[in-house]
Amino acid sequence: MVKIRKEIKISPEEMRYAYCDALIEAAKDNEKIVTIDCDLSNSCGTKKFKATYPDRGFNVGIQEQNGCAMAGGLSATGLIPFFHSFAVFSTRRVYDQFFLSCAYAKQNVKIVGSDAGVSAASNGGTHMAFEDIALVRAMPTATIVEPSDPTMMKALVPQIANTYGVFYLRMPRKTVYDIYEPGSTFELGKSVTIREGTDVTLIASGLIVVNALKAADLLAEIGISARVVDMFTIKPIDVDNIVKCAKETGAIVTCENSNILGGLGGAVSEVLGEHLPTPIERIGVKDLFGEVGPQDYLEERFELTAEDIVKKAKKVFARKQA
Amino acid sequence: MNQVPDYEAIKRFSADIRINTIKSIHSTGSGHIGGSASIADVLAVLYGGMMRVDPKNPKWAERDWLVLSKGHCGPALYATLALKGYFPMDWLTTLNKPNTNLPSHADANRTPGVDMSTGSLGQGISAAVGIALGNRTQKIDSYTYCIVGDGELNEGEVWEACSAATDLKLDNLIVFVDWNKKQLDGRLEEILEPGDISKKFEVFGFDVQTVVGYDYQAIWEAIEKAKSIKGKPSVIILDTIKGLGVKLAEEKEFNHHLPITDEGAEEAIAEIERRLSEGTYPVGDFKW
Ligand SMILES: Cc1ncc(C[n+]2csc(CCOP(=O)(O)OP(=O)(O)O)c2C)c(N)n1
Ligand SMILES: [Mg+2]
Repeated sequence: MVKIRKEIKISPEEMRYAYCDALIEAAKDNEKIVTIDCDLSNSCGTKKFKATYPDRGFNVGIQEQNGCAMAGGLSATGLIPFFHSFAVFSTRRVYDQFFLSCAYAKQNVKIVGSDAGVSAASNGGTHMAFEDIALVRAMPTATIVEPSDPTMMKALVPQIANTYGVFYLRMPRKTVYDIYEPGSTFELGKSVTIREGTDVTLIASGLIVVNALKAADLLAEIGISARVVDMFTIKPIDVDNIVKCAKETGAIVTCENSNILGGLGGAVSEVLGEHLPTPIERIGVKDLFGEVGPQDYLEERFELTAEDIVKKAKKVFARKQA
Repeated sequence: MNQVPDYEAIKRFSADIRINTIKSIHSTGSGHIGGSASIADVLAVLYGGMMRVDPKNPKWAERDWLVLSKGHCGPALYATLALKGYFPMDWLTTLNKPNTNLPSHADANRTPGVDMSTGSLGQGISAAVGIALGNRTQKIDSYTYCIVGDGELNEGEVWEACSAATDLKLDNLIVFVDWNKKQLDGRLEEILEPGDISKKFEVFGFDVQTVVGYDYQAIWEAIEKAKSIKGKPSVIILDTIKGLGVKLAEEKEFNHHLPITDEGAEEAIAEIERRLSEGTYPVGDFKW
């Protein structure tokens, strides 16, 4: 059961704490869950895990590569390690360790990257992961999950813990919106249609889901009926729902907080190309490096806002009719 | 270049670096004040006469280079460069704002006088090794300086860079460790046992000196000695205090990244001037 809140407002709960609380909860019944932090437990909000389970939380210091391969080793002994750092370090810094010691070695490691995309804001271009999705998509067996709100985060963390294999969980650190009513349930790999529509489908993930919902409102005002899908599992992607939306609305806009090359837009384009060629436009970062600034500025700078989505939706709607 | 150093002028320069770092971070609301404060003194020595640089010609091929490997302390370097005239002082209050040339992590693409983009800890020192090697290969007689954090020493890459520097006999490389005893999540020993930092560098083949990180003369003389060492790279371990000289940061145990309010900034700047006039700058009566 998925229920959208009547009014979508900023959540009183920061995403990092929603994550950590969910992990602490999951670890109550599963003593195999352990964590590895790399001197960012304050920033990633994961300090409380070690405070709750002192014997199961390890802060290895600023050594992501070592920590990631250690996670592979911990898993080899039967534990379920959750590795925490900023998204840039959790993917590109440790890519070989993630790839070989975790994925290739068929381990049960969960890699968490906070401050994904524009949410890295004041940390600037060096810390702004736009490439992380593409990197992990190219890693065989890895599952990529990007929850859009705290309720979804809490529903997915236990599933991630209880599903064997390597996962990449991508999240903003602080401010997110409450989109779902408490008690909403989600299933890994199954996208959810959170607004019905017939003219175009907006397929979004993470913090851009809220912009897509806003865009759907704006589109309704000009007589375009937009469906909105929360594609929180980016890999393996929900082919069935993408094809269904393509059939029923005939036009797609993907909306993501990452590079459109190899990201959600790339993934959806591949599905459409192979299953049902359909006009598609992509909202996302157009192969650029990140920059410093407040998140709202960056959303404008990289054309991720509701207004940007409206423009693309109008364009793809026109293409469909041409 | 290296005339008799004017340590009083260097001290005043370091105070101005602290003051402008505070103003700069205050203008954006919060930032990495702890580790910025603890490098103000070494920056004052380097840019206060030690380094061969030309602010009008930041890319001058014969210059000495600086890689701020602990790139999150960009604000202290920006204050230093602005005071040296690399760019207008009013840039400092654009820190982290849209379209700024001063992003929180040091960025050579945007900031005149920044020699290498950094921010991913451990990489800057590798780049510094490459720069020192590149200049030597091209027969350019210059020094490459690199400032590394003590938490940053956690990164294996730092030690890969050190072994390469020793193997390559890079005596034109002078590394500083900002030994301010803290990293992000807490004190070094709470996060990862640092061991004997000085011994570690020695074993890696470096010439090692340890000096009080806010003793201008000691830093100056240590650099002079490092320059006289032939056939191996040098490290100067700066015994510092995280947040040193910035009241609001000194007082906090957890002082990696802090907000700076109007009152906090005002008080911290007044305290710097007070310590200067009392002759107790930068430490004042602060007790570690
Ligand atoms: C590879 C990498 N991992 C993590 C971080 C996040 N980070 C920024 S500063 C910092 C702590 C650095 O401690 P230290 O080197 O002692 O710096 P200082 O005390 O001088 O601020 C961390 C973990 C980073 N910038 N790069
Ligand atoms: Mg430190």
